[in-house]
Amino acid sequence: MKFKSLLILPFCLPFLAHSADVKVQEQVLTNGLKVLVKEDHRSPVVVSQVWYKVGSSYEPGGITGSSHMLEHMMFKGTDKHPAGEFSRIIAENGGDENAFTGRDYTAYFQTMEKSRLPVSFELEADRMRGLHLLPEELVKELEVVHEERRMRTDDKPRAKTEEHFMAMAFSNSPYKHPVIGWPADIENYKVADLQAWYQRWYAPNNATLVVIGDVQAAEVFTLAQQYFGELKASELTPLKPQTEIVQLGERRMTIKLPAQLPYLMMGYKVPTLKNAVNPDEAYALEVLAGVLDGGNSARLSSKLVRGKQLAVTASAAYDLTARLPELFMLEATPAKGKKLPELERALKNEVVLLQNTLISTAELERVKAQVLAQSVFEQDSMFYQGMKIGMFETIGLGWKKADEYVDKINHVTAEQVQAVANKYLLDDQLSIAYMEPQGMANKTTGQ
Amino acid sequence: MMIKILGLLLLVITQTASAKVSIDHWQTSQGSPVYFIQTTGLPMVDVQVVFDAGSARDAEQYGIASFTTTLLDTGAGAWNADTIAQRLESVGAQLSAGVSTDMATVSLRSLTEPKLLNSALETLQTVLSKPRFAEADVKRDLSRTLAGLKQREESPAAQADIAFNKALYGNHPYAHDSDGDLKTVSGFTAAKVRAFYQQHYVAANAMVVMVGNLEKPQATQIAEQLLAGLPVGQKPAPLEDVVLPKKTPLQHIEFPSSQTHVLVGLPVSFRNDPDYFTLYVGNHILGGSGLVSKLFNEIREKRGLAYSASSHFAAYLKPGPFEIGLQTRNEKTNEALQVLNQTLVDFINNGPTEAELKASKQNITGGFAMRFDTNKELAGYAAMMGFYHLPLDYLDTFTQKIEQVSVANIKETFKRRLPIDLLQTVTVGQTVTQATAVKTGAK
Repeated sequence: MKFKSLLILPFCLPFLAHSADVKVQEQVLTNGLKVLVKEDHRSPVVVSQVWYKVGSSYEPGGITGSSHMLEHMMFKGTDKHPAGEFSRIIAENGGDENAFTGRDYTAYFQTMEKSRLPVSFELEADRMRGLHLLPEELVKELEVVHEERRMRTDDKPRAKTEEHFMAMAFSNSPYKHPVIGWPADIENYKVADLQAWYQRWYAPNNATLVVIGDVQAAEVFTLAQQYFGELKASELTPLKPQTEIVQLGERRMTIKLPAQLPYLMMGYKVPTLKNAVNPDEAYALEVLAGVLDGGNSARLSSKLVRGKQLAVTASAAYDLTARLPELFMLEATPAKGKKLPELERALKNEVVLLQNTLISTAELERVKAQVLAQSVFEQDSMFYQGMKIGMFETIGLGWKKADEYVDKINHVTAEQVQAVANKYLLDDQLSIAYMEPQGMANKTTGQ
Repeated sequence: MMIKILGLLLLVITQTASAKVSIDHWQTSQGSPVYFIQTTGLPMVDVQVVFDAGSARDAEQYGIASFTTTLLDTGAGAWNADTIAQRLESVGAQLSAGVSTDMATVSLRSLTEPKLLNSALETLQTVLSKPRFAEADVKRDLSRTLAGLKQREESPAAQADIAFNKALYGNHPYAHDSDGDLKTVSGFTAAKVRAFYQQHYVAANAMVVMVGNLEKPQATQIAEQLLAGLPVGQKPAPLEDVVLPKKTPLQHIEFPSSQTHVLVGLPVSFRNDPDYFTLYVGNHILGGSGLVSKLFNEIREKRGLAYSASSHFAAYLKPGPFEIGLQTRNEKTNEALQVLNQTLVDFINNGPTEAELKASKQNITGGFAMRFDTNKELAGYAAMMGFYHLPLDYLDTFTQKIEQVSVANIKETFKRRLPIDLLQTVTVGQTVTQATAVKTGAK
């Protein structure tokens, strides 16, 4: 499972004070494990997530995808529990579980009836330091990951387009690599590679334990100490920065694939909250994305899909919580009879409009109203609340930044949105891909 | 009018965490059933208006039910698409509409602050009762829908689903995909959409579900008001029965993909099926329990043949598909299919062991509270119980019904309900000859 970008929209509204007074409680164990608890007493359920500060953007060339491969192997046995037993025990306790790897994190989770939290802690603590990598298990799981790659990327024209596009848009940033890894790298993982990766990153002082649910924070801290307290900390070698070089002009590519519809991807190099010199710029970019694509009334739907009918789909995306500088993405599928260059011009015109003209008060207010509402809606899901806290913490912003989000968005002005459009949405910082479909013949036979 | 649990009790229950669900049920003055679950934790509400107008009601116009839902918010009353979207988004509300096989559902999620909620509800009411279906909107959305259908042809998974349902259901209304196909959709007009809407979007065919922070009188008034603009009309005729397919050889569709998608199954279970819980528990062991099922273990854990391998019974008004699915590299199709069939046949012939049954029950009952720990999930359950006329204590008795299932039940029921020789098999992918398998380095 991979998550690449998720909309992160926290809480705290003046007129919704009673729902916003639930605070995250924090305790750091002596071995460095940070424990974050948010009580939510609506159902007798608990979500437990262990987040590691490692993901595909930590990987050097040659072993791309090893964070994801290691995620798979984390279910394949420890010194104490043989392969498969982790999942069996969780299942017998009524739990749901899985794991996901992104560019900047690897996380494991269980959702359980609240009294079963110790079961999850015992198993997660065990595999934090006690993983036992077996060559015969790796051989089988490599095939599984190859299948996962075929399913997610190789047989999906747009996913494949995106993979090639990212590899072009970034020169030396590790964001150029797919989370799942390049096929040749996957083909050649050795137990020693994964062992080294595990040794380097899986330690209490490189992890965050997030617990959301019908629990008492004090009791969770005691349990955490009981199960994770004895684990040894590691000496962590700092990550090399791999800072992307400055782009010196537009980049453009054509991708030819068996597909039915052409597709356009455009991406501008932009900073994110973690690395922006002025963090306000990241919030302004977030609002800008909302102006273009924050619903059916936003500009891309209203003007390009309905108004001019140039596109059948058009979207904008910005990942505020990426650890490294990111791409501000524009993507579209042309309407029948429309060509990719025409669509590209239309999207660029929208950028120029944002640069030359202030967005309207109504648009700004609409984006803010949506952010406010979303901050309440997302509390319906304990899992999502955990995602938000875990992600902010893991990319190094700290969970408190998540609480500031609504307020920060509320302070964004039309002038700031115009300023970031002028500063970052520049032709020389742009990468463009045209996906041009090649024929595909399907035929049916009995056998 | 029937009220299941008193309001006072409800309040106490929702404020302390509990795995009990109290559903309030009544009818609007026009006779439409209403299902209401009060949850007090968050200042928000989910409203769903459900019609018996899913793709099973398409008749010859495959895709018309779905297409109708996509047009609802493109113009209604005095408002065009932009105004409707602005009205909703300026109060932070989220509106969506779509179909499943049996149902058409229009959903609204809104804050309960009165000014915001009232505005959102007024929009929803107008969209439901006064959609315009203007020529220009129909034409534009038709072209978008056709593009979507074209893009669907890029997906081997979608092609497999389409062929699989056709193999299972022949000429039954469950046979076609809810999005329709290029040929039928090309023929849609504003008049056809309006005719479908007028027949199906009527009070006699509607149901309202509300989950959230409302008081009962408020909920009563909202339901009344939402449907007030609809004529009473009448329910559509009962759906025809499903006839089991004949014995059929494997059907293969050649597709330029690196994996072959494999689907095996048969129409089996429906919502009010007396065997439902037995089939559910049995399938949980066979292929429904994620990382620990028999299929997952045989296909992925032991042999690395696929990323996902699972099975499920989709229960509709009439027998829905029992479906086993996996995707594997083209050169392994035969091996994967063999393992799949062997696992299934073994299970049908021998049933599970006592230990497997025990573990499965522990998983299902131990995780019971997680089935409805969000308003969204509660709304889904309420809609299901309402639409399929399940008893309102469905969730209260769920665990007990799971516990009653025995190894002997499962064995007998799977044998009786899953005639092996009638199973339909569909594969979509590239045929690999031995020579090319060697050339591409397949292991």
